[in-house]
Amino acid sequence: MSGSLRALFVSFLALFIFSSSLSVNSFAQELGFSEHIARLAKSKLREKAELIDLIAETKDPRVPDLFEDLLDGDLYYIKKTGQIVAIEKVESGYQASDVLSLKSLGVVGKRSVKKIGVNNALRRQLRSYIATFNLSSDEANVRLEAAKALLKAPEASFLPILDTALVAEADADVRSAMVIARSAILLASDDAEQRLVAVNGLRGATDKKVMTLLEQLLLEDGAGNSAEPDERVRQAAEEVLSSLHTQARVYKVMEDLFFGISLGSVLLLAAIGLAITFGVMGVINMAHGEMIMLGAYTTYVVQLLMPNNIGLSLVVAVPAAFLVSGLFGVIIERSVIRFLYGRPLETLLATFGISLMLQQLVRSVFTPLNRSVITPEWMSGSWEVNGMLSLTYNRLYIIFFALAVLFLLIQLLKRTFFGLQMRAVTQNRAMASSMGIRTGWVDAMTFGLGSGVAGIAGVALSQLTNVGPNMGQAYIIDSFMVVVFGGVGNLLGTFVGAMSLGIVNKFAEPMIGAVLAKILILVFVILFIQRRPRGLFALKGRFVED
Amino acid sequence: MNITQGHWWRSDRGGQWLITVIAVVTVMVPVLNLVVPEDSVFHLSTYAVSLLGKYLCYALLALAVDLIWGYAGILSLGHGAFFALGGYAIGMYMMRQIGERGVYGNADLPDFMVFLNWSELPWYWLGFDNFSFALLMVLVAPAILAFVFGWLAFRSRVTGVYFSIISQALTYALMLAFFRNDMGFGGNNGLTDFKDLLGYSLQLDSTKNALFVCSGLALIGGYILCRYVVSSKLGRVLVSIRDAESRTRFVGYRVEHYKLFVFVLSAMLAGIAGALYVPQVGIINPGEFSPINSIEIIIWVAVGGRGYLFGAVIGAVLVNYGKTYFTGAFPEIWLFFLGGLFVVSTLFLPQGVVGLVKKRTIKRQGDGHAKKEALPETDGHTSSKEVSS
Repeated sequence: MSGSLRALFVSFLALFIFSSSLSVNSFAQELGFSEHIARLAKSKLREKAELIDLIAETKDPRVPDLFEDLLDGDLYYIKKTGQIVAIEKVESGYQASDVLSLKSLGVVGKRSVKKIGVNNALRRQLRSYIATFNLSSDEANVRLEAAKALLKAPEASFLPILDTALVAEADADVRSAMVIARSAILLASDDAEQRLVAVNGLRGATDKKVMTLLEQLLLEDGAGNSAEPDERVRQAAEEVLSSLHTQARVYKVMEDLFFGISLGSVLLLAAIGLAITFGVMGVINMAHGEMIMLGAYTTYVVQLLMPNNIGLSLVVAVPAAFLVSGLFGVIIERSVIRFLYGRPLETLLATFGISLMLQQLVRSVFTPLNRSVITPEWMSGSWEVNGMLSLTYNRLYIIFFALAVLFLLIQLLKRTFFGLQMRAVTQNRAMASSMGIRTGWVDAMTFGLGSGVAGIAGVALSQLTNVGPNMGQAYIIDSFMVVVFGGVGNLLGTFVGAMSLGIVNKFAEPMIGAVLAKILILVFVILFIQRRPRGLFALKGRFVED
Repeated sequence: MNITQGHWWRSDRGGQWLITVIAVVTVMVPVLNLVVPEDSVFHLSTYAVSLLGKYLCYALLALAVDLIWGYAGILSLGHGAFFALGGYAIGMYMMRQIGERGVYGNADLPDFMVFLNWSELPWYWLGFDNFSFALLMVLVAPAILAFVFGWLAFRSRVTGVYFSIISQALTYALMLAFFRNDMGFGGNNGLTDFKDLLGYSLQLDSTKNALFVCSGLALIGGYILCRYVVSSKLGRVLVSIRDAESRTRFVGYRVEHYKLFVFVLSAMLAGIAGALYVPQVGIINPGEFSPINSIEIIIWVAVGGRGYLFGAVIGAVLVNYGKTYFTGAFPEIWLFFLGGLFVVSTLFLPQGVVGLVKKRTIKRQGDGHAKKEALPETDGHTSSKEVSS
């Protein structure tokens, strides 16, 4: 329970106690609760067991949290007063809060408090109470989690609790989780029939824990005797296990695919700005990585400016990074690159120089140390599809984000007047110019757009990697690979290139290791360029050099 | 364009000057270091000898890059790879020379292999006990890589930007590979703790001076070789490939053969530079493969003057002296300076320092034919014109 909820709860409780002073019964209960708790401090282990039973009987709403604290070893008493407190370890020491009033007592010294110890028997007792509380909770989520927790540590003592809960359970998902937990417990039963039922009950359980349980059942000792004496149970277990293995393989492929797509999205984000500056304008923009870095640093600065709204900061950072990187892009284009059109190799040298200067600039302003960008709450955690497959939210969001950026860019190029001008200038500069298009302005804006998109990529990448002056370097070669592989001057090619390189990389990784996979990809692209020197999707038409 | 070519050597005034200077330096530096007493003003510290030796190796490397970039239009962003391969080849020989003097005292295995619990030498380390074999490898390893890579790339007509990018990918892939411990080249730390070369301790001043003299001689030899190549008929075909590749092909030249030849030659020169460099700095690690290093070579050439062989040498020495000076005096400014140098030299010095000086000379001599092209035809041609006018 979070702090604010606790406070709310306490004020309700206080209101309740004071307003209904008639309710003598509840008052007496409160008295009993506090009394039992106070005795926890200096009682022996055997007495504690009785106390725990007594406390549980009060059915006080504070009991679950209290038991959790006791189980985790977070329950202490203050040596002088004997007051029972829950401790949360913070950097400066122990953050204590009273378990009765739930009020914070501030940080206390480590020596002024003493832990209330528990042994394994007590832990078991506490766990069973906690399971009972959670399994009978009003919220389906809590019940589901409780059932899953039981699966992690299946013990026969939980069986009656589970059975009671199963009778009352209406929610189908929670029910099936409970059935699986129950089967897992029954696997250890003495009765072969029951074990057979249990094994069959585990069919379709998408959890790795179930697989290990079944494997344990089929384990053979040195003499070739299986842990499971009954032939039928063994057969059933083998059958269920093999079906689970098949399932696990399918999920593994799905997971690899997810990681591949997510890596592909990162590559896509990093490369898509380059697809514009390099692909469309023909500028070998070695400073592209630094545009990504500027975007990431913009995120950092935005978070510094709004420390209380971290959740919102990313939303603000996206346009901010676009503007910052875009502005740098326009400045670079106007001051250097516009003198170098038609000399691609020299743009490479000039932009490489710019990239060195930008790195040093950031190093001078922000120090060479890595900066930590905070991940907002809505991006952390993962989506547990089932026990075998969980997808982290940050990667999931980045996939959607990359696709959205790609979609918007394509729309911009295809449907807006600016896009039309841009394509006209790339296809035939002289003709576009004589039709009245301000080619210089279009160049500056296009370069700004490509740089701005790189900045947006920086916002996304700040959530995945360290933000430091050299971070751009890590992406520049990959970005070039993607653009060259996909085919220069073609955003869709960039998309296909990024996704295929990402997926191939992630599928190769478990087989040959991350570094070799990367080398393999590089060699593959080098060889691929030999076959198709213009990339996957080459522009068709009369583009002949010389 | 009317090409009147002078004698390949006599017409090269800039080159003659350069060779003279290098020859004088090659003789004088050891004299100043070994013969002149230490308390004399003219005494040169051993540190300076090694530093100058390093510059000479860089100059040879720049020469190799200028040969392909300045004369054949091949911009390789992976030439550091050949340099590093040469360095690794000689490094492997010196590792074997350590013998029992390593930390683990194992005569059969280098220290890092003992550390990794390897029981025997991998097959590709065999033969590196032998100096002549190592020397051969200094040439052969870069040559094979350049041949395979160049053959693939030139045959399928990967040119310009595309070639640059895949050559960068090549050196990047090699860097990642050499970082792996399993490769058997010392992983992260590379090869170091060398004791001696051909039995001479690397700590001795005389060995350092000998290495310096070798670097000077290699640079002179490399220059003369490059000079000979670019002024031969083959060199003129290369220039025509640089300026109009398709036309040259249509005329009937097998463009890819010419490019492949000069690319392999350049890689071998880079390998020699690396092999001379490593004993002087005492370490070779995968960082030498990093793409940044390769790009830095390009800037030496660009600053000195692309398409002038002696320009590359001047550029390498100038930029590296600047680097030594700035990283010592103002470490924060160095990257600003280097970055600025890239921008300024591409914007305002398309022919580098040498081009700037040449333009002045031509103006002073009142030659109205000063060409506006980005690159000289061959420097032999330009200088012969100067002579005639």
